[in-house]
Amino acid sequence: MEKPVYTLEFEKPLRDLSTQLEQLRQQSLENNLDVGSEIAAIERKIEATQREIYSSLTPWQKVQIARHPKRPYALDYVELICEGFVELHGDRQFNDDRALVGGTAFFNGDAVMIIAQQKGRETKEKIARNFGMPQPEGYRKALRLMKLAEKFGIPVLTFIDTPGAYPGIGSEERHVSEAIAVNLREMAMLRVPSISVVVGEGGSGGALGIGVTDRVLIFENSYYSVISPEGCAAILWKDAAAAPKAAEALKLNADQLEKLGVVDEVIAEPFGGAHNDIEQAAATLRYALQKHLNDLRGLKGDNLLDARYERYRRLGLYEEAGVVHN
Amino acid sequence: MSLFSKPKYSTVVVKKKDIPKGMWTKCPLSGEIVFNKELEDNQMVVPKSGHHFPIGARQRIAALFDENTFVEIDAGIRSADPLKFVDSQPYPVRIKKYEKESGLTEAVVCGTGEIHGIEVAVAVMDFRFCGGAMGSAVGEKITRAIETALKKKIPCLIFSASGGARMQEGIFSLMQMAKTSAALGRLAEAKLPYISILTHPTMGGVTASFAVLGDINIAEPGALIGFAGARVIKDTVKQTLPPGFQTAEFLQTHGLIDQIVSRLEMRDRLRDILRALYLRKLPPAKK
Repeated sequence: MEKPVYTLEFEKPLRDLSTQLEQLRQQSLENNLDVGSEIAAIERKIEATQREIYSSLTPWQKVQIARHPKRPYALDYVELICEGFVELHGDRQFNDDRALVGGTAFFNGDAVMIIAQQKGRETKEKIARNFGMPQPEGYRKALRLMKLAEKFGIPVLTFIDTPGAYPGIGSEERHVSEAIAVNLREMAMLRVPSISVVVGEGGSGGALGIGVTDRVLIFENSYYSVISPEGCAAILWKDAAAAPKAAEALKLNADQLEKLGVVDEVIAEPFGGAHNDIEQAAATLRYALQKHLNDLRGLKGDNLLDARYERYRRLGLYEEAGVVHN
Repeated sequence: MSLFSKPKYSTVVVKKKDIPKGMWTKCPLSGEIVFNKELEDNQMVVPKSGHHFPIGARQRIAALFDENTFVEIDAGIRSADPLKFVDSQPYPVRIKKYEKESGLTEAVVCGTGEIHGIEVAVAVMDFRFCGGAMGSAVGEKITRAIETALKKKIPCLIFSASGGARMQEGIFSLMQMAKTSAALGRLAEAKLPYISILTHPTMGGVTASFAVLGDINIAEPGALIGFAGARVIKDTVKQTLPPGFQTAEFLQTHGLIDQIVSRLEMRDRLRDILRALYLRKLPPAKK
């Protein structure tokens, strides 16, 4: 396990303790002093502070973890839980979108189709992957691969991690709205089992564009929202700095989404976030995916489509003749 | 009662909120001054310039259907407050305000009716109610309109006018995109025509779901149609946007819209399309 990194604002107390610990170790090395008990005391303090901070994260703090620069990205998980990933490029029409990738792989020995929104780790890759913001071609490639999966009868696994679809001139000219809308309709009609996992950011329509699946799983610190907290704050509070308030009001965190019935299972993360132990996070995900795939194997043809239709049909809460329906 | 004791400065009482206040309106296209009554009688289209002002759902329905054929459905569906959302004011307070301002119970009116004798299911959005934003109630009503078309084996028409998904219902609003699109998937499978009419403005999550999924996508002239807002795009790409960006005309040139149709010709154009795709023949000529 790597040494934990404390880069987020609310992790400052941990950052300070860490520095203290480092200095103490350095001093003991330089002056040949026995500071074992002091080190142990700080380590205990770090543990206690971790527990205090991480067990009562606010909605906004979780959003920050979901966007953590070290957060595992889709292909990190694919590498850990799948074998033989063969990337399939392009939408066969215009371009290959590197923010939304896909291909065949084997999950516990069975063929699956992977569709994944992918962010870049270093600056160059970040740019190449457009910071995880797909353009129309990404959604059209995703649809092409899902249809391929349907043709050959293999389940679809999608990994959601995007701040949103790319808001650019070309994106509009080539109708990103149409690309997303068609995916929503076609995914609802896809005759193979499908599971999506929100691994980081579930940014609005850009996320939903690969998210209409039989099951929706979400990592504990991931979020899924109709609008970014900053965007919502700017519109409703007239101040982007009100993002923490908006994050709370939007009920966008994993546990809240589960209560609302929008997601089927929350995948537990290692303490402080999945980046602190990616192997453990991947193992938990692997277990959950296998379980849901097994469940879905029992549903065939129209039964599968009917269950999926019902899953989305019942989402929403409204009033009818004075009675609240959910 | 103070409202009624105020001195009257004008003898004309304008009830409809989508009409600019007063007796006269300036056409933003030609600058000409139009009498409001004249506008109302012409479906809010400026007679000379052809500029389309927004039109209320009820007014549109009255102009669209054969007399006495429209039957409203699901009028009792209203917004609840699933997230107990509060920003500068609680969401239910806003809803009350929208109801009062628009005289409507939601941002969409649904039903069935006949266009030149052809029965269709219809959903007509109204921008005056919360900017036509789609929450659970709007999504439910639109889904039911589509399901009505399925059940009665008739075509479905949706007139969009919306700023996008309704923020105050959070993830539920987003999920209405999936719900409505899934219903359209079933309609497509049943080979029943779906005609989408995009009116000013149609943006965000409404554009990225049912509004662009029509077998035929029609737009009204000059309508603003897009996914991301122009300001967001400008801030992202940091360049000036092309002229006419995100207008109906721009989108027809770029291949999203089958045809731009004036509101004044809408009824007849819909008849022609429904005859082609649904009846698949011309009715026998009247002698």
